[in-house]
Amino acid sequence: MKKDIILSGVGGQGILSIATVIGKAALKKGLYMKQAEVHGMSQRGGDVQSNLRISDKPIASDLIATGKCDLIISLEPMESLRYLPYLNKEGWLVTNSTPFINIDNYPSEEDLKKELDKVPHKVVINVDDIAKEAGSARVANIVLLGATIPFLGIDYETMRQSVREIFERKGEAIVEMNLKALAAGKEIADKHLQ
Amino acid sequence: MSKKLLLGDEAIAQAALDAGLSGVYAYPGTPSTEITEYIQGAPITAEKNIHSRWCTNEKTAMEAALGMSFVGKRALVCMKHVGMNVAADCFVNSAMTGANGGIIVVAADDPSMHSSQNEQDSRFYGDFAMIPFFEPSNQQEAYDMVYQGFEFSEKIGEPILLRIVTRLAHSRSGVEGKAQKPQNEISFSKDPRQFVLLPAIARQHNRELIAKENEFLKASEESPFNKYIDGPNKKMGIIACGIGFNYLMESYPEGCEYPVLKIGQYPLPKKQLAKLVEECESILVIEDGQPFVEKQLKGYLALGITVKGRLDGTLPRDGELNPDSVARAVGRENKQEFPASPIVEVRPPALCQGCGHRDMYTVLTETLKAEYPLHKVFSDIGCYTLGAGAPFYAINSCVDMGASITMPKGAADGGFFPAVAVIGDSTFTHSGMTGLLDCVNSNANVTIIISDNETTAMTGGQDSAGTGKIEAICAGIGVDKAHIRVVVPLKKNYEEMAQILREEIEYKGVSVIIPRRDCIQTLARKKKQQAKS
Repeated sequence: MKKDIILSGVGGQGILSIATVIGKAALKKGLYMKQAEVHGMSQRGGDVQSNLRISDKPIASDLIATGKCDLIISLEPMESLRYLPYLNKEGWLVTNSTPFINIDNYPSEEDLKKELDKVPHKVVINVDDIAKEAGSARVANIVLLGATIPFLGIDYETMRQSVREIFERKGEAIVEMNLKALAAGKEIADKHLQ
Repeated sequence: MSKKLLLGDEAIAQAALDAGLSGVYAYPGTPSTEITEYIQGAPITAEKNIHSRWCTNEKTAMEAALGMSFVGKRALVCMKHVGMNVAADCFVNSAMTGANGGIIVVAADDPSMHSSQNEQDSRFYGDFAMIPFFEPSNQQEAYDMVYQGFEFSEKIGEPILLRIVTRLAHSRSGVEGKAQKPQNEISFSKDPRQFVLLPAIARQHNRELIAKENEFLKASEESPFNKYIDGPNKKMGIIACGIGFNYLMESYPEGCEYPVLKIGQYPLPKKQLAKLVEECESILVIEDGQPFVEKQLKGYLALGITVKGRLDGTLPRDGELNPDSVARAVGRENKQEFPASPIVEVRPPALCQGCGHRDMYTVLTETLKAEYPLHKVFSDIGCYTLGAGAPFYAINSCVDMGASITMPKGAADGGFFPAVAVIGDSTFTHSGMTGLLDCVNSNANVTIIISDNETTAMTGGQDSAGTGKIEAICAGIGVDKAHIRVVVPLKKNYEEMAQILREEIEYKGVSVIIPRRDCIQTLARKKKQQAKS
């Protein structure tokens, strides 16, 4: 088992919280893991990414090679496209559809759609809307994470346990809301696959 | 012991704590900051009274660590690569004094300049100071090198250098810890003049240091961090330093066909190098940063063995290594399946919405453009460096910590007006205070804006050494109190801010304007913590 995952978004959107949940689940499964993050100047309002590698064998590089990525998880549509050269032929792209516009030359909605349409294996969802339905806009990341479950190589129950453990200290209500968000995301991906 | 998921930085911190650390000394700097933060947050730090407060700059950090070593205890010094330039005076001389208690200096290099102004390779500093240095390939090695490093430092009686790069510092992986060691008791060198570098004594120490070279070489040849891995294809031998080894192995999951010498400890192990050169037709050097090993092997005239690497274009001359550049160098290029999307635009970092620096820059640029079109603004290292970009395009320089004070002084000395400085509070206390004294002593016609957000913001909101003391420092240095002006950078104060700016630019001497408002990120974190407790 090997999954090379690129997480992307804009500084402040919270891609690392997604990485934390997957990482915890991977450790539960006794898998090897490496996760390269971006800190410092490159964070503030700029593009951010994290390379997350999970495998049942020891992992050499902290970075994922071109054409070898199995899954792009992005909280922002243009940012999801930034890492296309890394995606492998059978790889999946799971992205939020809501743009984060903080530059003047942000591409048009039409161009974004056209480019995303070129990707054969993808799930594009408005995680913010679904998060609000689940109880709070703050669980948007977990909705997106839910939508990646069919592609992660880690079972749903382990992911649920990981979410539970990470949010446990914030109380049962928060745990339930996040589990609901995870389920909502998963449901969309499952529907998409049918 | 069970494995912990740790950043490279955190692995270093945990190892130092496990190895009986008595103090960490550091100034925040990406990608080294998390080492000290981890130690500050560890329960053992408070329990065992381990020193972990931030230092004013890297030089004071290095010197305090040497003081701790002087009394026989173990000290860790952490900085980003350019911090080595600041600490260099003490660092290089600490090799001349030698260590009593173990000292490990961590230099976190930033090839590709993710968050830095150059790509300098700290291995040159290790070589320059003539001490052993280490370069881990992964988080576990970083842990092991530090855990064993203090003992090694004490055994050879010298500080050692640990050189890491961003990708190791900021990558997480499973790390297995070792047993907790106690801290050293206070003890002193047998030689009462060990730390007295008078020329006569220094000459003797220099000869002693040179005499240790063989010992350092032997340690390196016997080190578990230097490994010769044989391969059947002798057309090429590969020297893979630090994380370069990982990228090589990524291209050869089944094992490399060429003999590989994995390097983690310097000086370079001569025995293994000689074997590689003897057995192989050519040598490829894979090293992150500058071509340190490659240059030594190749020699300036390149008359000897065939050495490939960054200098001949086998690998890119600049930027960090990655699995793709290394794969290409060994002829196993990775295939791209999807083309880069043409609609993806650059998304540069920017000052946060609501940041006080924004208000400062708004008033500064509007006033200067309208009233002083010939102005130049000298700036510095920090969040406010982002004033270089949209929408402000406000600054004309950003060079090194503190240069925003001394560069306008030089410009004013040359007859230029108006010379304006923009520096942050933490950078000011790091390296701006001495420059301010120069300004005062020659009554330079400069206007210095110390944009005070009461934190070291860029690196994540660490304590700033001058908080609550900036006016007193400026007055103490000799700036006329009438020309130390404090304002609150908010929209409602724009007129007042512009008026003060005008008055101080017109004043023919040193003036300091202090726009002061909490960093919104640090403030939010503080409030969150208060709500928790």
